[in-house]
Parts: sequence; structure tokens; C-alpha cells
Amino acid sequence: MDLFEYQARDLFESHNIPVLAGAVATTADEAEKAASVMGGRVVVKAQVKIGGRGKAGGVKLAEDASDAREKASAILGMDIKGHTVHKVMIAQAAPIAEEYYASILLDRANRNFLVMASVAGGMEIEEVAKTQPEKLARVGIDPNVGVTLEKAKEIARLGQFPAEVQDQVADVLVKLWAAFVAEDATLMEINPLVKTEDGRIVALDGKVTLDDNAEFRHADHEALIDHASANPLEAKAKELNLNYVKLEGEVGIIGNGAGLVMSTLDVVAYAGEKYGVKPANFLDIGGGASAEVMANGLSIILGDSDVRSVFVNVFGGITACDAVANGIVQALTILGDKATKPIVVRLDGNNVLEGRRILNEAAHPLVQQLDTMDGAAAKAAELAAK
Amino acid sequence: MSIFINKETRLIVQGMTGSEGTKHTGRMIASGTNVVGGVTPGKGGQSVEIGGKTLPVFNTVSEAMAATNANASVVFVPPKFAKAAVIDAIDAEIPLVVVITEGIPVHDSAAFYAYSVSKGKTRIIGPNCPGLISPGQSNLGIIPADITGPGRIGLVSKSGTLTYQMMYELRDFGFSTAVGIGGDPVIGTTHIDCLRAFQDDPDTDAIVMIGEIGGDAEERAAAFIAKYVTKPVVGYVAGFTAPEGKTMGHAGAIVSGSSGTAQAKKEALEAAGVKVGKTPSETAELMRAILKG
Repeated sequence: MDLFEYQARDLFESHNIPVLAGAVATTADEAEKAASVMGGRVVVKAQVKIGGRGKAGGVKLAEDASDAREKASAILGMDIKGHTVHKVMIAQAAPIAEEYYASILLDRANRNFLVMASVAGGMEIEEVAKTQPEKLARVGIDPNVGVTLEKAKEIARLGQFPAEVQDQVADVLVKLWAAFVAEDATLMEINPLVKTEDGRIVALDGKVTLDDNAEFRHADHEALIDHASANPLEAKAKELNLNYVKLEGEVGIIGNGAGLVMSTLDVVAYAGEKYGVKPANFLDIGGGASAEVMANGLSIILGDSDVRSVFVNVFGGITACDAVANGIVQALTILGDKATKPIVVRLDGNNVLEGRRILNEAAHPLVQQLDTMDGAAAKAAELAAK
Repeated sequence: MSIFINKETRLIVQGMTGSEGTKHTGRMIASGTNVVGGVTPGKGGQSVEIGGKTLPVFNTVSEAMAATNANASVVFVPPKFAKAAVIDAIDAEIPLVVVITEGIPVHDSAAFYAYSVSKGKTRIIGPNCPGLISPGQSNLGIIPADITGPGRIGLVSKSGTLTYQMMYELRDFGFSTAVGIGGDPVIGTTHIDCLRAFQDDPDTDAIVMIGEIGGDAEERAAAFIAKYVTKPVVGYVAGFTAPEGKTMGHAGAIVSGSSGTAQAKKEALEAAGVKVGKTPSETAELMRAILKG
């Protein structure tokens, strides 16, 4: 889960990482109130989980509370690269002397964590890596050792921070590591990390990604979920414990296993080129594929008004195809009149003949079977074109 | 022969007394795997009947190894307790641990992987993987044993069901070993580890490599193939149509910006001389053509 900037700020603050005053507002009224509590000049910042909001006009300086109200009402509701702005952050404006960079992230290639820090901040770190690589410290961290104060000081030195702020930067890095571990994050980025004119080191903007697999030990992370921007079908699927991602196409997809479903999307996309149709979603029903799971999956997909045909692609591994076929038949009984779109089924693997026989015998008017994944994808694409 | 497992594999099951553990222990025994015991902390000293065998239960992997001479473990422990289970296995210096569990926090996986490297005795496969099978010899995990039999193709894949699909497509040839390495961002055994082992295995003639979006493991595997692998390799990559920033089922399957795309992986593999199929069936056809000469 990616956090909004204001959530990252609050999380940093709770782990004693120095931040400036900040508050979130969903209306111009709230923005004015927050700005008047803060006093003085504030920055009104669109809260969207995508880069480039500054260029899009989503960040404005406000002279006072009533100006903050005006700026907030202009920013709220804006569309930034397809993301609607539902919230703004009101942040204290600070006189900035210098902009730096610091982050900790999961390093998949090296299977450990990576700390990056640089005296050159305020721009994309990829840009720093390209143009001023000598100013970017990149230090691998053993998960079982962590960022010690000694290591943090070494990183501050390698990142070419001025001597007078190295200790403060090292302190931030140690605290950032503690937060990174405590919150089960896969990314914590401070950009920019600034030196204010009075010499303080402060995290001015932050990006945080939390590990969804670690939800079981973070009951408090539930409150960070952004329900306002969630796709309603994705939200409903999540409630039903289904692994579903909405896409922009016409062929509904159900399969078992993440790899097979991804592959199914690709095969449907190839087949759909001819008919101008694409896969409508990713939906992995996992190993079980019981009637209930199948019915839930079908109901989500049939609830998507973009869908014109459905492709059920199952390889029977542990779960036998006859169980899957029974699941489809029962699901269609449960759904009754709500099932209205043609369904192409491809079963293969464990007990496939019995599975196909069950579907043939049920002879549901919406269901047709094909023997191969490629053939079934072509049929589903053709039906979606009509 | 085969890689990582064979007829001499003596397996213990961590989490054997749980429902998934019991079910799959039965299946592994039915497919000829030599299961010698199980580990459930707090249940040491008991024994359970599974698949016609009486299996002893131990509190720790060390105790299990001392009593049974086990040389491999498979983990069916829920995410909350998985880290402790894997650390227990590493402390016991067991040569192989296969972690089936899905949903382990990546901080836990990174910690036990780093620990295994520092101890230097244990290979981890997974987590979030279906395990591995050398048909007719041994089967560690949840791969169905009846898809195909022994043969001379080696297979390495991030995905379980695509592994099954590919084994099925090439069932008339059979496999030396099929390894599901798992779909998490941090895994113990990589494509490269398997490619190296298959290259060195005298009973593997050709290799199928299945990848998916996310990370750059396939790109690094391609560089490895260009340098070290002389056996024919065919490849498949899933996720060409996956949108940026959305996790596609597997925790590791995510395109971030321009990195981790299927297109980049395909191009890297092709540049290394790997024939890459557009679909699983086309990939199987490429392998078929190679094996038929």
C-alpha cells in the first residue's frame, strides 16, 4: 500500500523523524481552519499518489488562512494524471537553505535493503544517479544488522553532506531505519530532506510504501487505506477476499494462479487485437475454486458493465477439474438471471474429462467449452466484439 | 539425476499437523516421497498416521534431523510463524528448506534469507512457491505428481499454475526436475541458481524458464544464460498487459515505472539467444521442436 504524503508525514512524526507542522483537509473550510491554526505562510499540496503534481498546479504557496482557502478550493477536485484530488495537505512554509535526499527501500536484486542518501535533493533520484553519481551514497543493509549510528555516519559522509549537518543526517537515517522496520515498509523516501535557514534538518516530503503481507501485525494500517479513490469493484472483490484488479477492457477473466491469470490476460489481448477488445480484469480465484468462490468471482465480473464476455481458464492442479466444473454449474444456479453474458470455459489438467462431461451435461445456454487456452481466448474475444 | 532433490531425499514437514500440512504430506507420500517425520513446536513426542505411515513429530528441526537423518524440509506454517520455522531449519543446518507459505512479510523473508547466507549451509526455495518435483523420485510441496513422468527437460518458474500448464503441454517428454521458485520479491533460490544446476545436471538436456513482470531477475538470468548456459533454453514471460503500479496476484508481480516490464524481459532473453514464446502453448512448441531436433 502506498501512502499519501500527509500519512507519510504523520508516520515520520510518530517515529521522531523531524517534520514541519502539517494537517490534512478535504474541504476549503478545513484548509482555512488548519492554516489559521498554523499561522503565517503555508503550502497547500494536492494529495495524490502520483508524481508531477507540482507541474500540474497541485502545489501552491498561500500567504494567509483566507488565501489557503482559495488555493485549496482550486486544488480540491483537480484531476492530476487521472487521479482526482480529494484531499490537500496544509504544510507550514519554511525558509529552506538546502535540499537533500534520503531513502530506504527493499532491494529485490540483492535480496536486502538499500539506503540511498545524497546532498543533491529536490529532484528525482534517478536524475541524481545519472548526472551526479558521485554525490549519491548507495549502501546495502543486512536486515539482521540494520542501520547502526556508525553505518549512518558513513552514509552521510558518502552522500557528501556538509560536515556541519552529517550528525543530524545520520540521526535521521537511524530513525528512518527504525520506522522502516517498525512499520514493515518496503519504501521510505524523504525528498527533499531540507536544511532550514536556522540549520535544522527536516523531512519536507515523504513517500512510503507498506507491505500488505504484514497487515496481520499492523491493525493500525487499516486506517490508512484510501477508500475514496478505490474502484468500487476492486473494493467489493477485496471484501470477498478475491484477488481482483480492474482493467479497461471487455473480456472478463477468471483463472487459478497468479501466473496463469497474467498469461491469460496476455493471450486474450493478442486474440482481441483482431476484434478491438481487451481483457477487462485480473481475477485469481486461487487453488480452491469452490462453487462459492466461483460464484463470487462471476458476480464481480458480471457486475462490471464494460464486460461483454467471460473467459474462465482453469488448470486443474491439486483441485480437480470436476470440482471446478461443479463450481461453475452451482455458481450459475446461484446467480440465476444475473448471469447474462456468454462464458467461455477452458479446463485442463487433473480429471479434465470428467470436468468437461459435467459442463456438457449441464448444457447451460451461456456456457461453451474449448479445449485449448489459445482457442478459448480467441472465442471469448470474438464474443466480446459482438 | 535431477537437481536439488532425488531418491535419497529424506523429508520432514514443518507444520505437518496443520490441515494443509497433513493434506499435502499425504499427497507427497502417495507420489513416492520419503517423508520421515514432522515438526510442530509443542507437539514433540507425538506421532501421526498419514498415508499409511506412522510419522514422528518433533519440537525442532535439529531434533528431527538427529532422530530421522532428514536432509530436507518443507514448510507449511502460516505467515505469522513462518520466519521462526525457517530460522529453526537454518539453525539445524538442514541442506534444503522449501517454503510453500504465501503471504510472509518481506522483512521476514529478507531476514531469514540473509541468515541462511551468513550460515552458508541451507538452500531456501520460495517462499510463496509450489515447491519442486523430480517425477518418480521425490516431490516437495504441492505440485501435482500425476501431470507427467520422468524425462530430460528442466523447468524453472515463478508461477505454480504456469509450471503445471507447461508440464502438461510437454507431458509426452517428461521432466528431470521442475522448480517453482515463487512469486515473492525476495526468494531464496533464483532462476540463475536453477539454470546453473540444470546446466550441470547430466540428465537435463534442455531448459524451460518461465518468468513474469516485476524486478529484474529475468534480465539477470538472461545475462547468466549468455555467459554460462550451453544447453538450449526456451522462455516465457507473463504479464505483457499488466498496467503500471498494480500488483498482479503475486506480491512481486508489479511494474514500477519502466522497470519490470514483460517486454524488457523478453528482449533481454532473446538477446541471450533464448527463444521466447508468446503463449504457453507456443513456448511448448518451441521446446518440442528443439527436442525433436
